[in-house]
Amino acid sequence: MEQKTDTLLELHDLSVSFRMYERGASQRELTVISDLHLTVRPGEIVAVAGSSGSGKSLLASAILGILPDNATVRGHLHYKGEELTAERQQALRGTEIALVPQSVAYLDPLMKTGAQADGHKKPRPTVRREQLFARFGLPKQTGRLYPFQLSGGMARRVLLSTALLTDAALIIADEPTPGMSTEQAVEALTVFRELADDGRAVLLITHDIDLAFTFADRIAVFYAGTTVETAPAADFKEGPDALRHPYSKALWRALPQNGFTPIDGFQPVAVRLPAGCLYAPRCPHKTAECEEKVPPVREIRGGEVRCYRFTGKNGGCDVS
Amino acid sequence: MSLNAEHVFFRYGRKGPWILEDRSFHFDRGERVALLAPSGSGKTTLAMLLAGYLTPQKGRILLGGAPLPGKGACPVQLICQHPEKAVNPRWRLEKILAEGGPLRGELLDALGIERAWLTRFPLELSGGELQRFCVARALAGGADYLICDEISAMLDVITQAQIWNVLLAEAEKRGMGILAVTHNRHLATRIADRIETL
Repeated sequence: MEQKTDTLLELHDLSVSFRMYERGASQRELTVISDLHLTVRPGEIVAVAGSSGSGKSLLASAILGILPDNATVRGHLHYKGEELTAERQQALRGTEIALVPQSVAYLDPLMKTGAQADGHKKPRPTVRREQLFARFGLPKQTGRLYPFQLSGGMARRVLLSTALLTDAALIIADEPTPGMSTEQAVEALTVFRELADDGRAVLLITHDIDLAFTFADRIAVFYAGTTVETAPAADFKEGPDALRHPYSKALWRALPQNGFTPIDGFQPVAVRLPAGCLYAPRCPHKTAECEEKVPPVREIRGGEVRCYRFTGKNGGCDVS
Repeated sequence: MSLNAEHVFFRYGRKGPWILEDRSFHFDRGERVALLAPSGSGKTTLAMLLAGYLTPQKGRILLGGAPLPGKGACPVQLICQHPEKAVNPRWRLEKILAEGGPLRGELLDALGIERAWLTRFPLELSGGELQRFCVARALAGGADYLICDEISAMLDVITQAQIWNVLLAEAEKRGMGILAVTHNRHLATRIADRIETL
């Protein structure tokens, strides 16, 4: 297993599966993430975009080691060049690796938000928290309110503050922006950008791909539990011709400002994954080869793609 | 028949700040309105008032000149921002869907709801998958107005386009009025005839 010292987090051939009861006592394995590759370097914002239910949040839980007991993680997880074991995950989470959870239901309903954001840190970072709240445009009394007294967007900003108050080297933000107005979302991402420029790293799981284009360095596109493409953010700004995988192109075209056209069909369910390329059932360019074997990851034009049909000829695009 | 909020005042608790002060709002059947406003400005509160989940301290909510009916399925249906909070965690999804009315196969297909999900519990589905159930539940009855409170913020853009296309087609067919609360200006201009701010 090769190890790179310049990476902060490296995932190699990661797979996550769940043991489920079928009928009576018979169990079956359900694989929800398969051969996933992802690297995060210091000073970088890596955005993870992709379909709902493609395992983006599970990836966050796998890195932090907070999956339920019936889950099995296989593959290699490296943090700062060393294997990320269960003990190490437990030691690092909350201090070295911080999470911004996806749901506002993660806030303790019986605890005032100010105290929640401060956490168990001694001395209490009250002044820093107040500055952060003010920066996010939260009114001064927010710290004295309970979560149910906040609007959706305010609760999000409180959640975000809880992670930002730690001195974590890696922040995993699981959809931090829904419910926030565009200005607030931009402010939140500006904070992430500052952290990244300071040498820390952010793994940003998001559906707001237009915001991700602007702030992230690289974008990993997820589909059915694996990455189909990792591309520099600039390629997404340029449009479908600069992108490599047909699914990334479809994502771009479904944006309200670029056509709003969905593609037919649905993401395959984990019980019945296709044998070959996971995107083949919906792909207009599939061949027999695509349906038989899973395409390997290839490096093309500074990005990585899993697709047989993409050869990179004629200025890079033979699949439209 | 139109849905009106007339000089509505609302605050949480007896001493809280006014969330909505002397606010009026009007929309007709067949109209598609988007509501764009900063977070914390009372969008969700207005949505809940219009759907009858809250009652204003002053002012009235009128549907075709009469107050919202207190019995039966409400003709104004609300789809919430957080689907995980809008379903009973201890019910299977079948039962959750049946609350709205009889299941319609073609609607489930259009929304991309797998039949296998029907026997699962809400915790076993992702937010995006759950939101499709909430949309199906709201469309199952005979609603005349649909209030969509940031329903697609947690969805990927392809699913967002799929769900909105289904919703808009259904609204067109039944002449429903749609109020979409959103932060995304691009989405607002794409789906609405009229954009309102708070």
